[in-house]
Amino acid sequence: MPTLQPVVPPSPDVSLAPRSSRWGERSIVSVLWVFAAISIVTTLAIVFVLLEEGVKFFGQVSIVEFLTDTAWRPFGDATSEAFRIGVLPLVSGTMLVTVIALLVAVPLGLASAAYLSEYAPARVRGVLKPALEVLAGIPTVVLGYFALTLVTPALRTIFSPESINIFNALSAGLVVGVMIIPTVASLSEDALSAVPDGLRAASYGMGATKSVTIRRVLFPAALSGIVSAIILAMGRAIGETMIVSVAAGNLPTLTINPGSQIQTMTGYIVQAVGGEAPRGSLTYNSIFAVGILLFLMTFALNIIANRIVRRFREAYE
Amino acid sequence: MSALSTPAGVARGVALDLSAPRARLRRERAFQGVLMTATLVALLVMVTLLFDVLSDGAARLNQDFFTSYTSRRAADTGIRTGLTGSLSLMVLVAGMSFPIGVGAGIYLEVFAPDNRFTRFMQVNIANLAGVPSVVYGLLAAAMFVYIMGLGRTLISGALALTLLILPVIIVASREAIRAVPPSIFNGALALGATPWQATRKQVLPVAMPGILTGTILALSRAVGETAPILVAGAVFSRRADNEPWNILEAFGALPVQVYDFIKRPQAEFQTEVAAAGIIVMLTVLLTMNSGAIILRNRYARRR
Repeated sequence: MPTLQPVVPPSPDVSLAPRSSRWGERSIVSVLWVFAAISIVTTLAIVFVLLEEGVKFFGQVSIVEFLTDTAWRPFGDATSEAFRIGVLPLVSGTMLVTVIALLVAVPLGLASAAYLSEYAPARVRGVLKPALEVLAGIPTVVLGYFALTLVTPALRTIFSPESINIFNALSAGLVVGVMIIPTVASLSEDALSAVPDGLRAASYGMGATKSVTIRRVLFPAALSGIVSAIILAMGRAIGETMIVSVAAGNLPTLTINPGSQIQTMTGYIVQAVGGEAPRGSLTYNSIFAVGILLFLMTFALNIIANRIVRRFREAYE
Repeated sequence: MSALSTPAGVARGVALDLSAPRARLRRERAFQGVLMTATLVALLVMVTLLFDVLSDGAARLNQDFFTSYTSRRAADTGIRTGLTGSLSLMVLVAGMSFPIGVGAGIYLEVFAPDNRFTRFMQVNIANLAGVPSVVYGLLAAAMFVYIMGLGRTLISGALALTLLILPVIIVASREAIRAVPPSIFNGALALGATPWQATRKQVLPVAMPGILTGTILALSRAVGETAPILVAGAVFSRRADNEPWNILEAFGALPVQVYDFIKRPQAEFQTEVAAAGIIVMLTVLLTMNSGAIILRNRYARRR
């Protein structure tokens, strides 16, 4: 990593680099520093905005009710009968889609990773890897179109129109799963490729076949990388917006039935913003309250994934 | 019992046949077959999608589709607002994210001291890359639209997308710079160049193809993003048809337009028109991506 470090000389007495007392040099470096610091400002701004607008929401409604009530109808007047602010239906919707997505993406992604890393000849790899990159680059609104116009009708034919709503969690979840396959596959493949060949040779030497080597030696050796790949993919599934907005519906429902219409946290944000709720209204602030929850969930997953990689990484060589 | 049976106490059939048992071979082949099939599933889905979109939308593509505004009638509607909006967004986002992202990459790779603040910056950039794009929309909706008073305008959307892809460009720039042999940098220093001169005149030209590849890929992501600009206030009506330099006017974008088409109740909009819009959008993205891949390959061959 520290390839370009000699800018800071090893000893302050024998500096071979020109002294940076030129003001031009120094001002350029400070401009570059400002550019780098923009990322920190971005994080602070996100946190500030979410808190600033979200906290107003909790100034008017109880946070306990937010986390425990079982219906989500934060529209109109806070005093009306219909007004309910339990976020659980949105969380359960998000979780339902995420679980379905992981059921698709984990087996398929891991199988792809194993195939690409252990079996595929260089030429096949040269085709499959860019193809997965292209898949990862397809805009999610296109995948949403795919879920709504192709997957949902197919599901309604396979099962029955009564059990599968036009908008449903299953279709959205399946397509979100396809969306995160490249994430699982490419990060897991990196982890598998990083396992030193000595372990493979030792396993073959003990008489193990290739499949046994993959399942009993390589997967355990690459486990930390694989787990963090899955966690990162989970974060992407939770944060995915357009597929669920298009295909999962706009009805917050506390259910585990994958055939029913639901709404996710991200789906609510898009729907409520589209309704152009005036700034300062309770509905407007509720968007940011949901945003806080979404941000915390994905942020926590990111940190966990990074921790796992750092703490459990097998340091080969 | 055959005549050749071994005496009791000695294991039978000891290693005369050293080739793997057939059942085991079959299991091995089956395992490989399963893995390969699983890999192909994702690609099959992609091919199905492309085929579906082409068969639904190709008939709808004509000149009027590119030059018409959105309309309530599916037969008259077009994607003019989306096209001009996406082009303006692309120019603005590229103009802002490229210098900032590359500058941050240079700072972190060449000038940053190895201290806690630098490490904090790096962890922060990694975490930002995992923040859902819709959250950037919320940031724009509150910070740019209201607090800074820019309104639901082109510049608000462009800022949201810029912040969204900055981490990607920073990481790509860092990797490209790190791949430059340190001897080039050190050689320039030895000849009396300042660190910035060595970076600008020697390191950057070598790293530029890698940086450009990463930037183009990041930009193509920005062009396809819907959620952040939708939340930041992108619209699809004629109102959003403006000159690209009017950054304080309402704006539209291709993906937002496609989303609008999909959401309309009429079947013609949902399938034909939306599919036609998707074809246009995917063509733009494919052009950008192949440009990036060509750049990368040419660069890889030269090294």
